[in-house]
Amino acid sequence: MREAGWSRELTGTLVAAACAVGVLPMLVSTYTLTVLVIYGMLGLSLGLVWGFGGILCFGQAAFFGLGAYTYAIAAINIGESTVPMLLAVAIPAGFAALLGAMLFYGRLTDVYLGVITLVVTLILHRFMNATAGSDYVIGNARLGGFNGIPGFQTLNVPGHPASYVWGDSLYYFCAACLLLVYLLVSALLRSSFGRIAVGIRENETRAALMGYDVPARKTVMFTAGAAIAGLAGALFANWAEIVTPRLFSLGQSADIIIWCIVGGLGTRIGPVLGAAGLSYLKFLLGQQGLIHNSVVSGAILVLFVLFLPGGIAPVLANAWRSVTQRRPRRRSPRRRGPRSSLASGDA
Amino acid sequence: MDFILVIVVEVLYAIGALVLISAGLAVIFGMMRVINLAHGEFMMLGGYATITAVDLGVNVFLAMLVLAPAVVGVLGLVVERLVIRHLYGRLIDTMLATWGLSLLFVGIVTMVFGNTTTGISTPIPGFALGDYQVNGYNFFIVLVAAALLFLMLAVLRSTRSGLIARGTMQHADMAASLGYNPDRIYMLTFACGSALSGLAGAVLAPLVGLVPTSGGAYIAKAFITVIAGGPALIAGLASSAGVFGLINQIFSFAVSPVVGEVALLVAAVVLLRLLPRGITDRLFRESL
Repeated sequence: MREAGWSRELTGTLVAAACAVGVLPMLVSTYTLTVLVIYGMLGLSLGLVWGFGGILCFGQAAFFGLGAYTYAIAAINIGESTVPMLLAVAIPAGFAALLGAMLFYGRLTDVYLGVITLVVTLILHRFMNATAGSDYVIGNARLGGFNGIPGFQTLNVPGHPASYVWGDSLYYFCAACLLLVYLLVSALLRSSFGRIAVGIRENETRAALMGYDVPARKTVMFTAGAAIAGLAGALFANWAEIVTPRLFSLGQSADIIIWCIVGGLGTRIGPVLGAAGLSYLKFLLGQQGLIHNSVVSGAILVLFVLFLPGGIAPVLANAWRSVTQRRPRRRSPRRRGPRSSLASGDA
Repeated sequence: MDFILVIVVEVLYAIGALVLISAGLAVIFGMMRVINLAHGEFMMLGGYATITAVDLGVNVFLAMLVLAPAVVGVLGLVVERLVIRHLYGRLIDTMLATWGLSLLFVGIVTMVFGNTTTGISTPIPGFALGDYQVNGYNFFIVLVAAALLFLMLAVLRSTRSGLIARGTMQHADMAASLGYNPDRIYMLTFACGSALSGLAGAVLAPLVGLVPTSGGAYIAKAFITVIAGGPALIAGLASSAGVFGLINQIFSFAVSPVVGEVALLVAAVVLLRLLPRGITDRLFRESL
């Protein structure tokens, strides 16, 4: 049964993704779409950690920025993009594993966890802002302080440093990455690891009493989220062609949390849609000067917490279900009519 | 000798500033368990209220010590009635809603005052201490912080309203059955906390160039000070501000101000890892 459900979901996801990837470039330029896809991946990373792992990480931007910086620094030193891409996933993941082990084995929860992840992000932000000048060099790469690192090798076909992946092909590459990550996340959540992670989210003590190693499982979940955020960071570096300390800023972390809340926690597609939708809204709002951007995002966050704390995805899912189930429900009384009279006759 | 005196003054100033920054949050988060991420913006608004009042010709001390807390206190009242009231007991939701509020305030202030730096000059002149120039305003900050701690202690410990507020925060049902209205007490406590934030923002305003996003600089410090302080409100505030202020200034003098900031944050992470429930969970347990 489960295998059948999985293959049906796989087909559905692939078809829907193919349609979306094919249709959207007719409506929005691929340059904008690329960053929406990247933000979607970033939203998904927190959606996994927070929505399914129950770990509210205020510092998802730290892993995003770390991925971007790792890519930029490695690309300058290596001059070819394959190894830097891998490093940009591995280093944030390793950092998250260390940080997560420190936090979860210390039994820090909710508020304390949030504050420490926030503080770590702030430390990175301050530090990166202060790294101007020739003292701060990794290999050939100058960290550049407030101005960031420009001019690194962007994504190329593996083994061919001169054939760049950019423009439309970067968009399709990012979309493929997002789809792959989405499917991996789906598979992870279907595995026993994913179901136990949800169990830990629901009741940590119960999971621990049943003999599961809660800190280890939380650390792995945290690390997986950081790896995804790191990949998103590397792709962002390729899209923007510059990395700056702004990637570590509190505003960036706030955005990711807002995407998850608006999209719908505890769903996979919600944070992706929330990220892409709100970023596009921000892009449109940026083109007018009347209302400041953060007034709108602030108001959205307050209103969602007060009136729609579950986010948009559950509402959409319910609407979809009521649309698809309306017809059978209308027919069913007629079909069931004789059967029920038969049943009552039997009784 | 003079150098040591200067360092002592700077350390005292850093501790005083941390106490001021965290006092409002200690009431709102420490007592009420509302994670107020708009705390920094309350401070920023206190600063803007002061600057606007001074520009309109109000005496600067009146503006800082009376007007700004009043304005921000009323704002806190409105925020509590409209938003926070619905979210008591939902820790994560208070955090998200107040983050939304902070973005909202930043946006509104940017639209009204523009994205430029404003400020007022310090009302107390500096003076020379041996070979060094000392900012006289630092003493004022230390004084206000000390007075604030004593005032909070006096109110919470020796007045009837302080007792009622503490009791309600511990056991709202019990307070209700004794005839006090918890809804009203929560509202007033939140307003008091907001007023303290406004006061802090106002008193610190002459020292910083104020921009709409200044609040972000305070929020992390305020939270780590309050959380590291632990369950005892005032003893926790004083002790953690003491530890962090000392560490910050030592590293600032030894290396550079940026390293001082980073050292403060690292110290917070280490301290929380060692004492996850804060300093006063182990020490000064019976104090307030």
